[in-house]
Amino acid sequence: MSLKLNKSMSLSSPDAADLNTKQKIGTAIGMVGLFIFVLAIFNITLPHPTLVLIAGLGLITLGVVVFTQGSYAHKQPGIKNDAVWFKSISSRGFWGWITGVALTGFYIILYFYPHLLGLGAKGEPNTGLIAVFDPLSRALSGNPASQWFVYGTFYTLAIVVFGYKFLKKYRHNRYEQLRTFSVMFFQLAFAFFIPELMARLNSDTFHLPYYDLKNMWPLNYYNFEQYRVNDFINAGTVGLALLLFGIISIFVISPILTYKYGKRWYCSWVCGCGGLAETAGDSFRQLSNKSLKAWKLEQWLVHTVLVFVVIMTTAVIFTYLGYDPNKYWLTRDVFLALVGGFLTLIFSLTMIFKRHELGKDAKYGAIGYFTVIVVLIAMYYFGGTDKLFFFKAETLRSTYGFLIGSIFSGVIGTGFYPILGNRVWCRFGCPMAAVLGFQQRLFSKFRITTNGGQCISCGNCSTYCEMGIDVRAYAQKGENIVRSSCVGCGICSAVCPRGVLKLENDGMKGRINSQDVLLGNDVDLMDLVNQK
Amino acid sequence: MEHIVIIGNGISGVTLARHIRKLSDKKITIISAETKYFFSRTALMYVYMGHMKFEHTQPYENWFWEKNRIDLIQETVTAIHPESKELLFNNNTTLNYDKLVIATGSKPNKFGWPGQDLKGVLGMYHKQDLDLLEQLAPNNSVCKRAVIVGGGLIGIELAEMLSTRDIPVTFLVRESSFWGNVLPKEDSELINKHITSHHIDLRLSSNLKEIISDDSGRVKSIIIEETGEEIPCNIVGLTAGVSPNIAFLKDSGIETNRGVLVNKELQTNIKDIYAIGDCAEQLQAIGERRPIEAVWYTGRMMGETLAQTLCGNTMPYNPGHWFNSAKFFDIEYQTYGWVYATPKPKNTHFHWQHNDNTKCITIEYELETGIFKGINTFGIRMRHDVFDRWLTENATVNYVIDHLKEANFDPEFYKSFEKDIQSTFKQQTVSL
Repeated sequence: MSLKLNKSMSLSSPDAADLNTKQKIGTAIGMVGLFIFVLAIFNITLPHPTLVLIAGLGLITLGVVVFTQGSYAHKQPGIKNDAVWFKSISSRGFWGWITGVALTGFYIILYFYPHLLGLGAKGEPNTGLIAVFDPLSRALSGNPASQWFVYGTFYTLAIVVFGYKFLKKYRHNRYEQLRTFSVMFFQLAFAFFIPELMARLNSDTFHLPYYDLKNMWPLNYYNFEQYRVNDFINAGTVGLALLLFGIISIFVISPILTYKYGKRWYCSWVCGCGGLAETAGDSFRQLSNKSLKAWKLEQWLVHTVLVFVVIMTTAVIFTYLGYDPNKYWLTRDVFLALVGGFLTLIFSLTMIFKRHELGKDAKYGAIGYFTVIVVLIAMYYFGGTDKLFFFKAETLRSTYGFLIGSIFSGVIGTGFYPILGNRVWCRFGCPMAAVLGFQQRLFSKFRITTNGGQCISCGNCSTYCEMGIDVRAYAQKGENIVRSSCVGCGICSAVCPRGVLKLENDGMKGRINSQDVLLGNDVDLMDLVNQK
Repeated sequence: MEHIVIIGNGISGVTLARHIRKLSDKKITIISAETKYFFSRTALMYVYMGHMKFEHTQPYENWFWEKNRIDLIQETVTAIHPESKELLFNNNTTLNYDKLVIATGSKPNKFGWPGQDLKGVLGMYHKQDLDLLEQLAPNNSVCKRAVIVGGGLIGIELAEMLSTRDIPVTFLVRESSFWGNVLPKEDSELINKHITSHHIDLRLSSNLKEIISDDSGRVKSIIIEETGEEIPCNIVGLTAGVSPNIAFLKDSGIETNRGVLVNKELQTNIKDIYAIGDCAEQLQAIGERRPIEAVWYTGRMMGETLAQTLCGNTMPYNPGHWFNSAKFFDIEYQTYGWVYATPKPKNTHFHWQHNDNTKCITIEYELETGIFKGINTFGIRMRHDVFDRWLTENATVNYVIDHLKEANFDPEFYKSFEKDIQSTFKQQTVSL
């Protein structure tokens, strides 16, 4: 039986047999491209870095294009998840583990040992892999490459080439097509080209920090650090506008868009992490854990990270503000009062207007709220200086940066795609997802509706939900799916063989229904069973 | 505490158990020899195709049953003794019940074809069929060709399954067009084209004469009745419909015809014994429905209804408007109300088709009054509740055509075809 095949750790697993000739050629070409970069890591410096770069990136692109042709060109448009669970790479088999270990290893080196990739120490020229990217970096920003530039290039390339694969796979589905064009565009323009080109504006007298405009707090938890804020303010009107945009995007733009379209406008149309998950990570969406235990863990973890980031950011800003209102109006007192007031306002509004719609979220929200408020007060009375209990704000920030920013979002979040699924970070760790999810659950027009009594409980929707939502549990009851974690990727609707699920933006009324009897029964029975 | 025993853990039996638990504290036992835990039978195909693992077809986690105090027994029931309210199992142990529900579902039809019990002949109904298929047809070097007999929903699913492993398929269909006794000609022809476009060797108006064995008692080939042609193959899928799985009831005193005969309250001729789902046969006709409906959705509805009866609120089984759905390779199909292969007397059909051969709709309506009777949709998703309402309100075909947009359930940004459908309708009705 097929279940046994999935456990295979052997190199001669059915995977090899599953690849057709075109797919094999594509894999070979792509691997040669990758191999060029691996060589670059070991070589001190390669001659003709520009040629090496073009060859490497070009071969990877060509490889994915050929592989995609081999996968979908001979098939008719439609859902083609054939053999996903027989391939060792997409079923936690041998190649899945190899890929996971390789990615994780790459992330660890990238974050913690960039000199191994050839990063020149203290102004020395780059060598190895990073040197290969110098020409491209100089062409864009005028600066030599850093490990982050190398990473950014690979990241963007992955979204573009695997985006192409995704577009071919879902060529019958315009929602998926448009969404993928969108993430490809935002990654290329906003995350890659614009910040690099913006860096060209920097001079001795004018300096802007590197800024991916679509990346908002708390995802870019470092955005309100002293050096960045100083840079923004010193850069005059442009800098101030960027700083303001950063604040407005949190408090105004994102709530409005989430109200209208759900958090999907960000998570699966704009966000870079989401972009990578949807494109390069598409082959791993079925690996997310759908158990009740995983759901409980997810709720605790993601909200804890959010609370952590709120405290940390407050502490960081608190630290560099002064006491003297004559110097600047925003003093520590004013700031803490603002934060406390804002959190209290949110909490009160939620409790007054939305308490009936909340289940567990309310508890988590409340716990988070109280923690933040208590810590803030404690900071104020016991800290006095820049210390939060025993930790300096900077210690707190670097702890967050290490644990959440590096380990969770990078090493585990992406490195573990082939083991835990493609949205591990978005699901368990992303504080932005928690904020948007809170908004989505409370006041969004977005929901996934189920089509009367048509569900046959087949489980395709749940299996392919990258956020680990047991979609079927709702669909078979005829309930709307209004979950804070849903990123609106639309795959549940796409894979449903009975056309039961639809992503919709509609009025707030009747958004959360829990009919326990499905259409098709006579009316009396429906009334009866709905009486609770 | 009253002990309710349910034989069969399909959608009917499990829905019943869940709803009894919601309504009461009774002791509940579910018996199934097929698998320990409930799984969605309709999803078995996706396991062979590699879209899902078998555990993904189970809607409830394994702890669910114990937590909800639903006892599971994996045994075969061999006899029922109503006088002592006792069940006899394969291993000669017994179980007592206060109320018994038969929800044993169906088994594939076999029409006495020579060779129908050879090794390599299988249905595609039970978990065991799937295991057997995996063993007999793991790839196209072990199974060089498969023949499928019977042109229904399970047949085409089996064809799709085998084609994902590049196993060549010959598909014998008795009718002159696929599912031609259910689908109107145009709908059926659209599916014919779609089946052939997937490289399936579709043989219409073809019957199975016999299955030929090799020396070891395995399938070697089949012979077609009409042409006498012999087609070499390694497996034969028999998918010519299903019939109630009730052989074990023959000495129980429970009245049966093709299925277990039940009254409007789903009760058999014996007190405290009920039957639901595929194996139940209605004594009294319900609307235009057939007495036996082997459909997922009706099984679920019977489970919900009987739960009310067993928990003290006696209720007749009274399903709402007919609906069903399926998928033919890449084309989704939904139907609401009644659309017959040939319109009923005094009715007529309106048919619209997109020129890409993957989308069409057929509407049946009364010629004189224009009252809408039902719709088949292919490649366009439609809203169940909207059609349910229109059927209840006796909406006219004109109203339905004009408001078709309201019923569209396709994903966002999809092309919509309402305008095209509306103008085609106008042209056709003007020319009438």
